[in-house]
Amino acid sequence: MRTSGRTRKAAVIAVAGLAACATLITGCSSDSKDDSKGSSDSSSSASSNEKITLHVGDFGSFGYDNEKGAALYAEYQKLHPNITIVEDNVSDGQQYWDKLKLHLTQNSGLDDIQAIEVGYIGLAIQPNLANKFVDFKTVQGFNADDWLPYKEKQATTGDGKIIGLGTDAGPTAICYNKDAFAKAGLPTDRDQLASQWNGDWQKFIDLGKQFQAKAPAGMKFSDSGSGLFNAILASQPTQYSDANGKLIYDTSQGVKTAWDLSTEAVEAGITAGYQQLDPQNAWTAAFKTNKFATVTCPSWMVGLVQSNSGPAGQGKWDIAAPPQVGNWGGSFLAVPKSGKHVKEATELAQWLTAPEQQIKVFQKFGNIPSTVKALDDPAVQNLTNPYFPGTPVGKLFASAAKNITPAPIGPWDGNVKDIITKNGIMDMEKRHTSKDKAWSNVTSQIKDKVVQ
Amino acid sequence: MATSVRATSDGSPPSSRPAQRPSTQDGSRPPGWRTRLYRFDTKASPYAYVAPFFIVFAAFGLFPLIYTGYLSLQQVELGAHGKWIGFDNYTALWNSPFFWKALRNTFTLGVISTVPQLMMALGIAHLLNYKMRGRSFFRVAILAPYATSVAAATLVFIQLFNPDYGMINQLLGHIGAGHIDWESSKWPAQIAISSIVTWRWTGYNALIYLAAMQAVPHDLYEAAALDGASRWRQFINVTIPSIRPTILFTIIVSTIGATQLFGEPLMYGGGVGITGGTDHQYQTLSLYMYDQGWNVGELGRASAVAWVMLLILLLIGAANLLVARANRRKLGG
Repeated sequence: MRTSGRTRKAAVIAVAGLAACATLITGCSSDSKDDSKGSSDSSSSASSNEKITLHVGDFGSFGYDNEKGAALYAEYQKLHPNITIVEDNVSDGQQYWDKLKLHLTQNSGLDDIQAIEVGYIGLAIQPNLANKFVDFKTVQGFNADDWLPYKEKQATTGDGKIIGLGTDAGPTAICYNKDAFAKAGLPTDRDQLASQWNGDWQKFIDLGKQFQAKAPAGMKFSDSGSGLFNAILASQPTQYSDANGKLIYDTSQGVKTAWDLSTEAVEAGITAGYQQLDPQNAWTAAFKTNKFATVTCPSWMVGLVQSNSGPAGQGKWDIAAPPQVGNWGGSFLAVPKSGKHVKEATELAQWLTAPEQQIKVFQKFGNIPSTVKALDDPAVQNLTNPYFPGTPVGKLFASAAKNITPAPIGPWDGNVKDIITKNGIMDMEKRHTSKDKAWSNVTSQIKDKVVQ
Repeated sequence: MATSVRATSDGSPPSSRPAQRPSTQDGSRPPGWRTRLYRFDTKASPYAYVAPFFIVFAAFGLFPLIYTGYLSLQQVELGAHGKWIGFDNYTALWNSPFFWKALRNTFTLGVISTVPQLMMALGIAHLLNYKMRGRSFFRVAILAPYATSVAAATLVFIQLFNPDYGMINQLLGHIGAGHIDWESSKWPAQIAISSIVTWRWTGYNALIYLAAMQAVPHDLYEAAALDGASRWRQFINVTIPSIRPTILFTIIVSTIGATQLFGEPLMYGGGVGITGGTDHQYQTLSLYMYDQGWNVGELGRASAVAWVMLLILLLIGAANLLVARANRRKLGG
């Protein structure tokens, strides 16, 4: 008899719940992040004294933050008391990019400044994404010639817009274990080695074979065939794509050279078959257990060699100029047009990437500057690292950075690189697949994945 | 009747003989709006009760399902607008050796992880069904693996199966077996991954079986014992037939789980997890879908994989249904 009363009450609750669910669902579409991000008034043409907050989205470590980095944010806030800077950092670079890509498609959730890694800049300069960023060519005080010649070229779109300001560069060198070289009866002096393999990666591989013949037990010459491939390819004038961003990996002379040399090393058994920076940390652990004698070393790798080898490795490692210089890594800062404070964000991005600031980051954090002026600065040139006693680290990388030959990049570079290194070279190392079979695996996979 | 009572009880004490009141007012006026509201209320409120689930289902289940189907007919990159290409994504899948490899891997991984798992669960449930000391402890303990996260379990198994310094190769070395490459050889890697799945889900299925076994009437066993049936015969001839519907249920659930196997192979592969090893040795359909969608950015192709997976699940479901129906007919006849 009382059922209907209960039903009515329940119906009210159910309807209320229903409404709540509905708001929950539609709630997704309204962009809450933008609201909280902006200041109290929404007009973008406000006076310069208005209090605003700028969000900087980046990944890994850019060395700008106030705790571990060069405290550039604090410095800028002191110069501009009305600006508060908040850094939204995602540690994993790929996760960061995946999220950024989604945010860009939806035009929501974007930060005022977004960092872009060189591996993804080829995608970012494609028209569908590039149009969402400020073209720095139209910005006052911007001069592409301030940077190394190749740097701003990488952030230039097909129709000549420049969407990114270069942060750091990744000139490559060779890190080698002096003790191991001595045991194998090879010279240990960095200049002598550099001149021995100067100009030709083939000489480097030949030296590796020589090393392997007398190597200490359980030790390989190189950490990984894929690391070798990346470093060799980085030094080639043609890589995966042509000047129009079209994929030419199968006809590219650079890819052929890098593939032939690195697979030669793999087949000769002078590579240890690790994957650099693997999530299981096998590569990291192998530094301490002396599984390899050389690592191809972009500037950002030096810190890893140091931390992975630990205090016991101090003084054992040295750095030499590579057979041919290449660039491996480095990033850009871009400003999305949809932001509320585009003008202020642009100014901040310019300030952060100016030579003075790049030097500060380098001193504190070791990221190699990408502007010519900063590279010539004595503070960069004279830098040494107590972990590598006597090695002119700063001079080595700064001069390498200036010798980099630019290569065209394309939107598929990252995918093709992954397939060649992980499914091609690593497959040879781990499963002893033949070179020809590995290459045909690579091409069929690229055909499967790349839809041009 | 209920509504009429409520309609007339406006402040006055409820009548002890409600049947009389309507008869006095019979035909004097049409049912008021409150009456109609209440009638509507009784009819509509059950739908309101179930609405929250179905609204959430529509938003997060049905809509994505249909939208994925729509996307699968387009070429759409992450961050760009789609282009209608009809069934090209499906024909591309049909022609892709990697899709077939993923399908095969999903099947083999499913079999080697589900079959031993359910057999073991059945055995464990049978043992736990006996009266013994510390029964509750054992029952809770077998569920513990289920409570660990995929990531944590996989990380531990990666260490165990490490070819160079892992415990399993060390133990195998002691008994004289050769070095097994649990990472890159196809079958060892698949066995290692299925062992993670088995470890996590055996206890869960065992508990479900145990619950079903406890519902089997005791006199069946007593009768069987009187007839001189051994424990093993009792298990085969009494327990298994009695819990057959439960077994079917766990088979369906495990099959769905196996078809969607993702986290274990992804984590197990580490840096080459997305492609399921350097040679796609253990790339499952879910991983292939993720690879196409997020690694390469071809959302249309990934959506097509998702729909193929749905079709496969529907086929498996239909097969299960037929088996169940045949089963019922056999039991009934």
